[in-house]
Amino acid sequence: MLPVYIASDNIITSLGNTTTRNMEALKAGRIGISIHTDPLLFPSPLPLSLVDTGLVEEQFQAILEHHQKKIDPGDFTRLEKLLIISIHEAICKLSYNFMSRKTLFVLSTTKGNIELLEARYQGRFPHRRIFLWEMARIVGDFFGFVHPPLIISNACISGIMALLTAFRYLRSGNFDHAIVSGGDILTEFVISGFQSFQSLSPTPCRPYDAGRDGLSLGEGAGTMVLTTRMENKPANHVRVTGTATSNDANHISGPSRTGEELSFAILNAMLEAGLSARDIGFINAHGTATPFNDEMESKAIVLAGLTEVPVNSFKGFWGHTLGAAGLIESVAAIHSLQEQQLIRSAGFESLGVPEPIHVIVNNEEKQMKSCLKTASGFGGCNAAIVFEKV
Amino acid sequence: MDQVISTYSQIKPFQIRVNGRLEYDDKNFITFAEFIKPFFKRLNLGYPKFYKMDSLSKLGFIAAELVLRQVNLDLFDNKRVGIVLANRSSSMDIDLVHQESINDRSHYFPSPSVFVYTLPNIMIGEICIKHRLKGENTFLISEKFDSRLLFDYVNELFQHHRVDACLTGWVELLKEQFEALLMFVEPAGKAVSEEKAGMMIPFSEEAMDELYKTM
Repeated sequence: MLPVYIASDNIITSLGNTTTRNMEALKAGRIGISIHTDPLLFPSPLPLSLVDTGLVEEQFQAILEHHQKKIDPGDFTRLEKLLIISIHEAICKLSYNFMSRKTLFVLSTTKGNIELLEARYQGRFPHRRIFLWEMARIVGDFFGFVHPPLIISNACISGIMALLTAFRYLRSGNFDHAIVSGGDILTEFVISGFQSFQSLSPTPCRPYDAGRDGLSLGEGAGTMVLTTRMENKPANHVRVTGTATSNDANHISGPSRTGEELSFAILNAMLEAGLSARDIGFINAHGTATPFNDEMESKAIVLAGLTEVPVNSFKGFWGHTLGAAGLIESVAAIHSLQEQQLIRSAGFESLGVPEPIHVIVNNEEKQMKSCLKTASGFGGCNAAIVFEKV
Repeated sequence: MDQVISTYSQIKPFQIRVNGRLEYDDKNFITFAEFIKPFFKRLNLGYPKFYKMDSLSKLGFIAAELVLRQVNLDLFDNKRVGIVLANRSSSMDIDLVHQESINDRSHYFPSPSVFVYTLPNIMIGEICIKHRLKGENTFLISEKFDSRLLFDYVNELFQHHRVDACLTGWVELLKEQFEALLMFVEPAGKAVSEEKAGMMIPFSEEAMDELYKTM
């Protein structure tokens, strides 16, 4: 099996449109969730983490010029623009030629261009644009990827699933490089649905905290470029070394009561990586700040024997970015690992989950060689991925 | 060891086949709901949760039931039975219902029981709950039935010993257009009755294409 290296990445959230800006914001403790009053999104004010549309338009125009494309920016949806910007930012950092027949493009999203169902978009785009395969084709064609995109839509674990799929296809030598990108935007469709579940917090979310009362929604895009070609690995590089998914087989909209299924996904990923509990520097967990999710995660972490390992959730900073979350948060996790820096779990003050996990309260330097990223979602799905600094 | 398709189901308007054998055929139906309800009752599952599902989940649930009732799942570790499904329209059929409920602010009635189905992998969750399956699971999207996509994904799971068996296939439904092909893939020679051994189809892209064509 071939080693799979992370060659480059990008994050776009409310906190900025580059990985560097997002990492600076996380380390400085800046929160991207704020009250928004936008009747096109929701009838009343709501805390949300939104990407600055003005910046997106400006940057997208610059990218069109960079690629010398004479296309009307209005021909792309907001999500397509975010994905194109994110991929552009990630690939323009590469110093090698990643374009070949053996380049895989993996895209993760939950709802894609779902906003096109709204009356205000009627007639603006061809009907087929609503389908995920068409959106992926538009984004892939922008960059000229030869291989048809591989599209994952698996609720809130989509982003990790996109990464672990790329890892699995690369290690067996089927592909040399993978561009893995994920995105979701906030729409009336998504916000109204979560609100009907009564799962939204009236204030920025507080993962694992005793006072947590629901999640905050966010939007964004994230990209990682993976390669198996040794000569392309950057200095201070990180590898993907273990992956697993599982299903609770318990409830379609509530997590496992025991955490057993997430715990064996974690253990399978660690087994594949050949690591034990003391090798894991920190866990960047899902941490949505809904009462049941965080409770389940605490049980899973303890069941997996990781009680002593520091845990954080980035959702207190930029909310739950749905199909992008696994990618965005993985990028931030690997940068924490590279910088040997634990980042505090925003919104957390006192432990409010049944098991004694160690939530990170203060930023802290730590010598570590690997980290674990997990996610869980509707449909009872769980995913775990291990990143190792070599 | 090579894998085989040990059992499969095919559903289209308005026919249901299991291992190629016609199980249900009635040209009098007009809608998916009319078609699937009497057949579900005939299965005698005593599973009222079925009525809460959206049409896509109902289609996947029935197709999976027809496959998995042919399989002795007790022979497998439920943490090592995977599910890899794909379709074209994601959850668009129920997405349209949710959108309808929020289009008009004076008739604003989004419902959690509709919204929860606006993700295609909920169907995987429903199948997992019914059959207690906890292994690797993935939902993929492609414009058309893509045997290569499914083969590569599932084959990788077997090659790296992540699954001992896998339910895989295509479950597509949008506005009364529907088709499902589900297959149970397991290692050749594992706990297979003599009688069934002759029916095994080698797991390959070509075999899946053939099954899709003969739906």
